[in-house]
Amino acid sequence: MSYLALSIALVFVLIPLFLSKTLHLGLEKDTLIATIRSIIQLFAVGYILQFIFEADSPLYILLMVMVMIGAATLNARKKGSVIKGITWKVAVTLIFIEVLTQGIILGFNITPRSAQYIIPLSGMVIGNSMVLAILFLNRFSAEIESRQDETELILSLGGTPKQAINTQLITSIKASMIPTIESQKTIGLVQLPGMMSGQIIGGADPIQAVQFQLLILFLLLTTAAVTSIMLGTLSYPSLFNQRMQMLRAR
Amino acid sequence: MKMMSLDHKPAVHFRDVHYSVDNQPILKDITGSFLEGKITTLVGPSGAGKTTLLKLCNGLLSPDSGEIFINEQNIDSYEPVQLRRYVGMALQSAPMISGSVLKNLALPMVLQGKQLAEEEARNLLTDVGLDASFLHRNSKDLSGGQRQKVSIARTLVNRPRVILLDEITSSLDLASQKEIEALIVKINRKFNTTIIWITHNLEQALTIGAYTWVMMGGEVIETGESSLLKAPVNEKVKRFVKGEGQ
Repeated sequence: MSYLALSIALVFVLIPLFLSKTLHLGLEKDTLIATIRSIIQLFAVGYILQFIFEADSPLYILLMVMVMIGAATLNARKKGSVIKGITWKVAVTLIFIEVLTQGIILGFNITPRSAQYIIPLSGMVIGNSMVLAILFLNRFSAEIESRQDETELILSLGGTPKQAINTQLITSIKASMIPTIESQKTIGLVQLPGMMSGQIIGGADPIQAVQFQLLILFLLLTTAAVTSIMLGTLSYPSLFNQRMQMLRAR
Repeated sequence: MKMMSLDHKPAVHFRDVHYSVDNQPILKDITGSFLEGKITTLVGPSGAGKTTLLKLCNGLLSPDSGEIFINEQNIDSYEPVQLRRYVGMALQSAPMISGSVLKNLALPMVLQGKQLAEEEARNLLTDVGLDASFLHRNSKDLSGGQRQKVSIARTLVNRPRVILLDEITSSLDLASQKEIEALIVKINRKFNTTIIWITHNLEQALTIGAYTWVMMGGEVIETGESSLLKAPVNEKVKRFVKGEGQ
């Protein structure tokens, strides 16, 4: 695609700007900021990736993955402010999921061991893990708040913290995993996934593109399950103290 | 402060207990005993610290300073799980887990990895004045009074020696209220269970409770036999009682 063609594509930004202005939605400023940020961020990452792919050094790959994990952690932790030590819990979860998935992919030679494969796959895994963490933390915080009576009931009947928080934990884990599972049920029927579309547009063999997309889908299933369960397991103990009291209970 | 009789040993004893939240004192210098086998009511305006005091009794909260003794042993010497089975609690909202009445009654046993025999569950329902046919009813379909009875029956599964009741009749109609009162008196007499009961109903405190603690602003203002509510000594309590009666 030429830069001229890309400039013409800006008409897709003008349409929402025009609609927002006409209908007084007040979204013009946000739309403009989002457009400018996406142009700068994507070109910046494009040039960085070009440099890393050419260098193909494990150090740069590691650095890039660490930046991704750092940014994802800072974003996800905001939703779990009620949980003590949430930053390192999210970070440990993201590191674990990255090591697990890349360990399997590279260990079994599923894709070549080069930056061109490791970085995009890591980005997808970490990005999805971040969204899962946000969905889980959002729901878990709401469950803790709304079901405080139930938690107190089980504690007062002689239940352990794990028993007292179990329903809330399971509900939140399931709720955070459902979008991933549901979206995979209709994939290919309703929409072609982004990565597959990109490869096909780039001229790749559609069957080859499907194979890579299936790899991504399977990766995301593991990501969904491990992220929610691991974050849940790490999070709930910090809601209670040694005397099995809810720390926020008043 | 008028002191209560010490003929009975204290089931729960507070010594100089303080409790605060974000540096705001909720309970100040609480000292006193709840006597074994007796019904003691806690009365006072909202925000007096009554529920906090109740939660300190079964270790759902711990004091900032001071000591609490359960059956003459420091509360910290009990394992939390063991303490909460010994000191049971029924909450104002009578929360139910989703499912049948039987599932709710079995909950205390399930938490211990055990099961509750259906026969025992039927006996518990009979004890609290509910027909055995309620056993397989969905807990969602119970009336306020029935929920509260199931909640009390569920508390009884652990065979607690002390039962804490947090305004359990406040949202019930008069008939259900009287039934619950009779039930609590029956449990107290049958099992010699110590009852600590928060109520806003001074008439209830007077007729059901042997002793009363009047709390205001995180302090125990006056304690003694429940008849103190008829002729309080403290001026604040006099005003409180008068206000309630109006």
